[in-house]
Amino acid sequence: MDLSYSAEYESFREEVRSFLEKNADRAPKVGLLMSVGKPSQDLLAWQDLLIENGYAARNIPREYGGYGAAPDLLKRVIIDEEFNRAGMSRGMAGQGPDMLVPTLLEHGSEEQKKGWIRPSIRGETVWCQGYSEPGAGSDLANVQTRAVEDGDDFVINGQKIWTTTAHHSDMMFALVRTEPEASKHAGLSYILIPMKTAGIDVRPLNTMTGAAEFNEVFLTDVRVPQANVVGQRGEGWKIANTTLRHERNMLASSAQLEGSLLGLIALMQREQCNGVRAIDSPLLRDRLLRLQARVLALRYHDMRMLTARIKGERGGAASLVSKLAGCEVSHQIAALAIDVMGELGVLYEGSRYQRADGRWQFLYMFSLGLIIGGGTAQIQKNIISERGLGMPREPQSQTRR
Amino acid sequence: MDFGLSDEQKLLEQTLRRYLDEELPITRVRELVAEEPGNDGGHWKDLAELGVAGILVPEEHGGSGLSILDAAVAAESLAWNVAPTPFLGSAVMASVALTTAGSSAQQARWLPRIATGECRIGVAATELTSRREDAGVSERAGRLNGKSLMVLDATGADHFLVPVGQTGESLALVDAGARGLTCERLRTIDRTRGFAELVFDDAEVADWLGERGGAETAVCHMLNAGRIALAADILGASERAIELAVAYAGQREQFGRVIGSFQAVKHMCAEMVAELEPARALLWYAAHALDGQQEDAALMVAHAKAHLSEIGREIVRTATEVHGGVGFTDEQNLHYWFKRVGLDRQLLGGPDQLREQAALLQGWNTA
Repeated sequence: MDLSYSAEYESFREEVRSFLEKNADRAPKVGLLMSVGKPSQDLLAWQDLLIENGYAARNIPREYGGYGAAPDLLKRVIIDEEFNRAGMSRGMAGQGPDMLVPTLLEHGSEEQKKGWIRPSIRGETVWCQGYSEPGAGSDLANVQTRAVEDGDDFVINGQKIWTTTAHHSDMMFALVRTEPEASKHAGLSYILIPMKTAGIDVRPLNTMTGAAEFNEVFLTDVRVPQANVVGQRGEGWKIANTTLRHERNMLASSAQLEGSLLGLIALMQREQCNGVRAIDSPLLRDRLLRLQARVLALRYHDMRMLTARIKGERGGAASLVSKLAGCEVSHQIAALAIDVMGELGVLYEGSRYQRADGRWQFLYMFSLGLIIGGGTAQIQKNIISERGLGMPREPQSQTRR
Repeated sequence: MDFGLSDEQKLLEQTLRRYLDEELPITRVRELVAEEPGNDGGHWKDLAELGVAGILVPEEHGGSGLSILDAAVAAESLAWNVAPTPFLGSAVMASVALTTAGSSAQQARWLPRIATGECRIGVAATELTSRREDAGVSERAGRLNGKSLMVLDATGADHFLVPVGQTGESLALVDAGARGLTCERLRTIDRTRGFAELVFDDAEVADWLGERGGAETAVCHMLNAGRIALAADILGASERAIELAVAYAGQREQFGRVIGSFQAVKHMCAEMVAELEPARALLWYAAHALDGQQEDAALMVAHAKAHLSEIGREIVRTATEVHGGVGFTDEQNLHYWFKRVGLDRQLLGGPDQLREQAALLQGWNTA
C-alpha cells in the first residue's frame, strides 16, 4: 500500500487545480445524474478542452483522437479527486465513450478504431446500445433480431428495447443473430448500425420518472455493410460481454456516489423539521453514517480494483460486485434524502417547495432503473456466484435453437 | 501509488495460513479450547518465531517493526483459522501502548519479551468505551483500586495493561500475581479468547507507562489499533465462513441437485461476497491511514470497525443458514467463526457507538 504522492504527482495535482480554476466558467453545470440527452454545445466544447488537456480520453491513443497518456493510476485518481472537489463536469459520459470505445479498443479492426473512436469520445457521434429485446432481457443470449447475409451487406429485422438515447443517437452497437444454425450463444454477432438507415423506427418509452429515457427500436429490412461487424461473426456474445463489463463499471462509479452523498449531507445540514436540523436527529444521522461507510468502502474498493487492473491481476469475485453494491447504495442515498424532507419529499414536477429541482425523487426512481438495467441485481448475483465463486451454473433449458 | 497488499504482506498471509492449517486446524483448536478458553497450546511461541508476536515491536527491540496494516493481515489470517492467541492484547494493543507512551527504558524492558512471546499482556480496556456495573480503576498513592470487566486475552497473561482514571489518562502495567489483584474468569460465547474480570484492592503497579495523566494520545492510538485488529478479525472470520458455505453448497444434495445450483442459495453467497469485498478495501485504507497518522484516521477506523461489525454479523448468520440444520450443530464447527465475529463486534466500542463517534469527528452531533 503506497498512497504517497511524489513531487511529480504533486505538481500534476497543481496543474489540474489551476486548469480547473482558470476554466471554471467554461464548465457546463453538472447534475446528480449521468446525461441521457444529446450533448449541448457547451458540453462538446468542454469535452474538446478536456481531451486537449488530458482530462478525458486520457489513455486512448493519440492516433484515435485521445490524449495518449500511458495509464497512470495515480494521475487518474488525482483528476477524479480534483474534479470532484471542484464539483466540475467530467465531460462526456455514456454509452459511446464508456462502453463502445473500450470494446473497440479491445476487439475492433484498425479501420473501425480509426473511424469511430475519435468522433465517439468527442461526442460528435452519439451511440446507443441495441442489446435487449422483448424476449431477451435477463436471458440476453436469446436475441431474435436476425441479420441475413445479402451480398456485402446484412439485412436486419427485429426489435430492440430499453435503448437509452436512441432518439438522438447517430449509431447503435447491436447484438444480432447471424448464424441461425449455431447454438444460442454462438449465433450472435456484434454490429454497428447507422441510425439514419432506412427501416429504423424509434419510439420513445416513457418511464416511471416521467421522462422518456428509453426507446423501442424497430428494425425492418435494415441494410448494413458486413464490414460493420466488430470481431468475427459468431463472436458477438463474447464481445457484448466486454461491453457489459464496461457498463457495470460505468453504472457503479463511486465518484458519482460520493457526489450524491455530499448532496445528501448538505441537505441534512439545511433541512429542518420542528426546528431541528435533520443532521441533529440521531435516527436520520445513523442512517447517513451507515451509507457513508458504504460509499467509502466502494471508493477504496474502486482504487483496489483499478490497481489490480493496471497490474494485470485477475480481480476474482471482488471485481464483479461494484454494480450490485453501488446501485443499491445510490438508491438508498436517495431514499434517505426523501425521508429527510418528510411530506415535502414527494413534491415533483417543479412544484412550489420542491427541493433541488426534484432531483432526489428522480434519483430514487432512476437508480431503481439502474438496479434492474445493465443486468438485474439477480443476474449480477448469478454472475458473482458462478464466475466469481465457481458455483454451479443454472441448468440451461434451451441450449440450441 | 499502489492500493493493495505488498508481496511481503501476501507472503505473510500465506505463511501464516500454511502454519495454522498444519498446526492449528479446527480439530486441534477444539481440543485446546475445550480445556480452557483462549488456550493456545504453546503455539504462541511458534507464532512469535514467525514474527507475529513482535509484529509491531521495533526491530531494535527484537520485533519485526511492521505496520498496523501488516498486523491487520496477520489478524485476518488468525481469524481464518479461529486461532486462540493473545494477538489483540499483546501483539497489538500492549505493543502500541508501549511504543507510543513508554520511555526507551520501558520499551527495552517489555518489548523484547513481548516479541518472543514470553510476556503476554491482557488488556483492561472495556471502561474506555463502556462503563457498567460501577467498574473503573483509579489510583491512590501509586496503587490501584476498582475493577475492570471483560479484560481481554486474560488467559495465560503474566501482566495486565490497565488504563487508570476517569478517561484512562494513565497507563499502568500490573503483574498478574501482584498483591491486591484478583482475576476472575468470565465465560463468553467464543472459547477461542480468554476473558476475565480484574478486581484491584490497593494493587501494586509494576510500571507506569510514560507520564502519569499524560497517556491520552497513547490510549487513543492503542484503541484504534485494537479496533483495526478486531475489524480484520471479522474480515478473516467472515471470509472463511463464506468459503465454508460455498464448499458445503457445492457438495450437499437435495431435490436431486447440489443446493449450490439453486439461485436462492447462490444469491445468498453472492450477497455475502458483495458486502465483504468493498469492506476489505475500507479496512486496508483505515489501517494505512492509522499507520500514517493521517487526519482522517480516527474517522476511517470508526467506520471500518462499525461497518465490518454490521456486515460480519450478517455474513456468519447467512453462512450458517446456507449450511441448513447442520450449520446449527456443534460438530460442523462453523459456529466457531460465528461466535468469533459475535465477540469482535462487541469489543472496544460496538457499531452504534462508533458511528456516533464518526459523527462527532465530522462535527455532526453538536446539538
